[in-house]
Amino acid sequence: MAGLAWEIATVAALNDETPHIRTLSLNVAGWSGHRPGQHVDIRLTAEDGYQAQRSYSVASAPGGDGRIELTVERVAGGEVSPFLHDELIVGDRFEVRGPIGGYFVWDGGSPDPLLLVAGGSGVVPLMAIVRHRAAIGSAAPCTLLFSSRTPADIIYASELESLAARGDGLRVVHTLTREQPEGWAGYSRRIDAQMLEDVLGLTGKSASVFVCGPTPLVELAATSLVSLGLPPSRVRTERFGPSGG
Amino acid sequence: MDEHTLDANAVAGTLHEVFGVELTGQESECAHCGNHAQVGTFRVYDMHGPGVVLRCSTCAQIVIRLVRRPDGSYLVDASGVYLKAT
Repeated sequence: MAGLAWEIATVAALNDETPHIRTLSLNVAGWSGHRPGQHVDIRLTAEDGYQAQRSYSVASAPGGDGRIELTVERVAGGEVSPFLHDELIVGDRFEVRGPIGGYFVWDGGSPDPLLLVAGGSGVVPLMAIVRHRAAIGSAAPCTLLFSSRTPADIIYASELESLAARGDGLRVVHTLTREQPEGWAGYSRRIDAQMLEDVLGLTGKSASVFVCGPTPLVELAATSLVSLGLPPSRVRTERFGPSGG
Repeated sequence: MDEHTLDANAVAGTLHEVFGVELTGQESECAHCGNHAQVGTFRVYDMHGPGVVLRCSTCAQIVIRLVRRPDGSYLVDASGVYLKAT
């Protein structure tokens, strides 16, 4: 019986990805290693004993030797994420348990094409897949369809650009829903059925699909992809709900 | 399906805590409609209530109910699903 124990995480580094998104690098005592797509629960305890718990996807690839990265969106009015953004400093400690989840995961063993669909910070667990794919030299072609509001909101923008430039079968398709740079030739609307049909044309219908983002986006993507002929069992989803930030 | 619906992955930690194993990657059969799917496909409701309700993604019937008791333990009703014992 595999238990799920709370361990102590120590903040090793903090990096702002965008104005609202921050990556926490954590050293976790007793970390057993994770699979791309898994998440952790974190628990903060106030001096008066009050506890708040949240789930965050692991952004880093496996093999960090006890070091994991979580990328966290600051939810205005939230209880936990503003603390992680505004108060947390290197050396702070809090509790984590994990890795958690065995459904929304990709281990890299399959050569089938991958279609990853992300809305905003929904890209985080998919980034673990993209990083793992690059690290192990997987031959699985991979297309990431990534919706962001503005160019400044694109999480991991430069890393994605350089990974795609390796020419190893990773393609990143951006859509910018609110503001586009001058001369933008890409998509400039929310992810819709037509866009999904376009990217499915790049990967083919044998693709394994991972969709992560706000619930309406995930609903639309999953429904559209199944209508386009993908078996439901190949469309894995992770919905972001109003989890209180 | 509304915007308060999440996937079972959102409560994977709680399920692991209650059942003692990672459950979301396990195969299951819905006792109502017979759908075969991994537990991770279940829909989750009532994230902020005293309990958690999981429903089949195909027929939307309740498959698992968890109620958190004041001492931190859980009452479990998993009569809506067949789970493969490992």
